[in-house]
Amino acid sequence: MKKTTISILAVIIGLVSFGFAPNGEIITVKGSDTMVILAQRWAENYMSSHPDVTIQVTGGGSGTGISALINGTTDICDASRPMKQSEREKLKLRFNTLGVEIKSARDGLAVYVQESNPVKELTLQQLKEIYTGKITNWKQVGGSDAKIILYSRENNSGTYVYFKDNVLEGEDYAASAQNMPGTAAVVNAVSKDKNGIGYGGAAYGKGIRFVKIKRDADSPAYEPNKESVMSGNYPISRFLYMYTRSKPTGALKDYIDWILSSEGQTVVSTVGYFPVK
Amino acid sequence: MPQNQLKKKFRLGEVIAEKVVTIVAFFSLAMITLIFVFVFRETLPIFYGADAEASSVPAQIEQQETYGGEGVQEVAMQSKTSSHDTEGIASIDNLTGTTWQPVSGKPKFGIVPLVLGSLKVSLIAVLFAVPIAILAALFTSSFAPKWAKELMKPAIEILAGIPSVVIGFFALIVLASLIQNIFGYQYRLNAFVGGVALSFAVIPIIYSITEDAISRVPGSLTEASLALGASKWETAIYVVLPAATPGIFAAVLLGIGRAFGETMIVLMATGNAAMLSASLFEPVRTMSATIGAEMAEVVFGETHYNVLFLIGSILFLFTFVLNAIAELFVRQRMMKKFQGI
Repeated sequence: MKKTTISILAVIIGLVSFGFAPNGEIITVKGSDTMVILAQRWAENYMSSHPDVTIQVTGGGSGTGISALINGTTDICDASRPMKQSEREKLKLRFNTLGVEIKSARDGLAVYVQESNPVKELTLQQLKEIYTGKITNWKQVGGSDAKIILYSRENNSGTYVYFKDNVLEGEDYAASAQNMPGTAAVVNAVSKDKNGIGYGGAAYGKGIRFVKIKRDADSPAYEPNKESVMSGNYPISRFLYMYTRSKPTGALKDYIDWILSSEGQTVVSTVGYFPVK
Repeated sequence: MPQNQLKKKFRLGEVIAEKVVTIVAFFSLAMITLIFVFVFRETLPIFYGADAEASSVPAQIEQQETYGGEGVQEVAMQSKTSSHDTEGIASIDNLTGTTWQPVSGKPKFGIVPLVLGSLKVSLIAVLFAVPIAILAALFTSSFAPKWAKELMKPAIEILAGIPSVVIGFFALIVLASLIQNIFGYQYRLNAFVGGVALSFAVIPIIYSITEDAISRVPGSLTEASLALGASKWETAIYVVLPAATPGIFAAVLLGIGRAFGETMIVLMATGNAAMLSASLFEPVRTMSATIGAEMAEVVFGETHYNVLFLIGSILFLFTFVLNAIAELFVRQRMMKKFQGI
């Protein structure tokens, strides 16, 4: 009886470890939740054409990914914001490198309102004043007489930081801005709130409308799409980054080269982001 | 003497079993102590060592290497240097301020709106949950026919088993719209919605402990009351309920503790804006939601990280004190006062 139990256990353990046994090279990727679907799609496509390489992708957020890079628990870190100076210093203390930055995709940050909202376009300045709490009524930007309800992301999000640095020019969000856990939650909230405004990736959207954005009052307004983002006409677009500790070599280099190749960049478009070149 | 040997062997096993049980019991005690120590240790740098650390980091800025960037067209608004590389200073003034903007050029770690937010949501939840849970417990233990009792108890226990993220999701999608349609206020997600959703998590706790307390009231009391001509209702309200008061008090305290520490529901349903307002229908940000939302991406060892642990310590102390009151005060004092049997 005991013997059978032990042998069954042995077989199970054997099977499990065989199942997990990596064949060939393993590359671990960790970081931004914004990029996690993109990273998975890259990994799947790459692994189907390179069966000798295993790529493990996990999310967790840009900050989590960068911490993992600093702690040496991941090979590639995905980040939707550039690395901070303090993080680079930590990496230098640990590995004596400053890290290598790879611009792997482009993202247009869309501004959403509910479909019924009459406001069609905003200037960057108006957007800034709305989110810092200087403009509080839709009437002030050509809409109906109603209070503007602000939806923002949690402050751990790369998108939050990007919007703050580039649209609010470093100023603080208004205290009444509601922090939603994820872009999907922002979209959902705006779709149910006729006085709401939110921001997030251009890939999302149902029940909401993108507001056209103008660089200033005299320039033309653009919606986030491939042409406007690639040409730089759409004013709120950002790079999505990958970081490695040192200059990539071997299997890692092949993978990154593939991501930057036209094949890898085609994947970017299918996920709803925009290629870097 | 085979019998004697058998006896000795048996005793050895018993001793081992006893030791194992003791070790396991002390292990859980050690775990709690370790968590306590860890959380507090991570808080300490706020009060000590912060300035020593700041001076040891040289302010050198070097160019980071890039790879594969040839032919990438730079767009006008790209990669502005992050405005919040500076680490914040968590002075007492800053901590007791009314602004919570931890990711900022000048980080503001005012925890006042968070503490008040937690209190506000918990209060709403408890105000909803206490009457419902106590009346339900009274009904099932004193009035309900057998079939209703057999249906209700498991049903409420299932409510306790619903993962809080599911309750949160329900509140975010369904409850928020429903309550907004009834009251017609401006913010769809607010303290009130969060409190109502939170009460779903608190009701089962208060209910089951209250139910226990009521069923532990000696049958002799009920019988005596009924024999003296009191109706079923009079017996329940004037005899059973007062006799069970210590247990109910403990149930309410544990319910408040649960409401205070619950994270997922408030994270999803309260709107998470750290604003100071007396209105029930405006968004709030609670302490637990703040930790839940921000801990994952904070830079380890930075002031923001330590402040989150400070909030954790406050939560820990609060629930610890509540539990201690429930245990000591209620068991020792009130039992004697109310149950002079």
